[in-house]
Amino acid sequence: MLDGNAIAGTLDDIFGADMTLAVATCSGCGARGPLAETAVYVRAPGVVVRCRHCDNVLVVVIERGGTYCVDVRGTTDLRSILGP
Amino acid sequence: MNWQLGTVVELLAETDRTASIVLRVPDWPGHRAGQHVDVRLTAEDGYQAQRSYSIASAPDDGSLMLTVERLDDGEVSSYLVGELRVGDELELRGPIGGYFVWEESFGGPLMLVAGGSGIVPLRAMLRHRLARGSTVPISLLYSARSHHELIYRDELTAAAERPGVDINVTLTRERPDGWHGYDRRIDRDLIAEVTWPPAERPLVYVCGPTAFVETAADAFVSLGHEPGRIRTERFGPTGSEEGSHA
Repeated sequence: MLDGNAIAGTLDDIFGADMTLAVATCSGCGARGPLAETAVYVRAPGVVVRCRHCDNVLVVVIERGGTYCVDVRGTTDLRSILGP
Repeated sequence: MNWQLGTVVELLAETDRTASIVLRVPDWPGHRAGQHVDVRLTAEDGYQAQRSYSIASAPDDGSLMLTVERLDDGEVSSYLVGELRVGDELELRGPIGGYFVWEESFGGPLMLVAGGSGIVPLRAMLRHRLARGSTVPISLLYSARSHHELIYRDELTAAAERPGVDINVTLTRERPDGWHGYDRRIDRDLIAEVTWPPAERPLVYVCGPTAFVETAADAFVSLGHEPGRIRTERFGPTGSEEGSHA
């Protein structure tokens, strides 16, 4: 298990910006925190991002043939502050 | 973020398993202390493997240096440490990450906790602090298995002489004769000995293997430090496309 820092490059690919400071709200327990501090599993098929408090799956990213498929159902809210 | 080619201009053996790679990257935009880059290797048959490595150089150094630990089953690290030569080109993208970074304006006191090669991004922060002539008090706690596995050993010894810099090393498996440093795995008591009390509100950065980071971060919280002032970065073998930090 790693953390959200490890997938900063992939998230930048998808969102076009650094997302490690973006704050996610867990749909399971309501915990809020930066994506950098989430529990990240990269050995699964694709990338699985879980809530550090309740283990709920926040985000799943699968890349195949040059296309990213992103499932964010476990996140009720994702806020990224516009930076310089 | 686009992939770019960097040229290896220097290779430095840090320890038996660890090497620093100095790269020249045209139009490198500069980086912040603590950021990393993604490195991608492509085999002749098109197979690609990608890993993330922390930047060891400070923003002030004017160069891009990575320090990479060779893992026993590391398909990328075993190439970077051992086969890579000066003049070779590497495909990389970055700088990446805005969370695990420190800038002088963030202030301090600055508490850095490294497990093994988790020292790499923290070394960038320490160098940045020294290069800027900042007066932010800084304390580094560095845990390694043995004396010969300490990365940047001479540099850290020299840095410890600088005003406002406190460096503590703990060796968890083997100690040289006459060792005066710590000799055990990090725990709550050890952290309490080398850090500021919670009332001083240190900014804490912890980088290392996952279990090490969990232990250290939990210890800081249990000592009464604000979770919001503790930043962590975990690394480990991945066997997959992403994420093995140096």
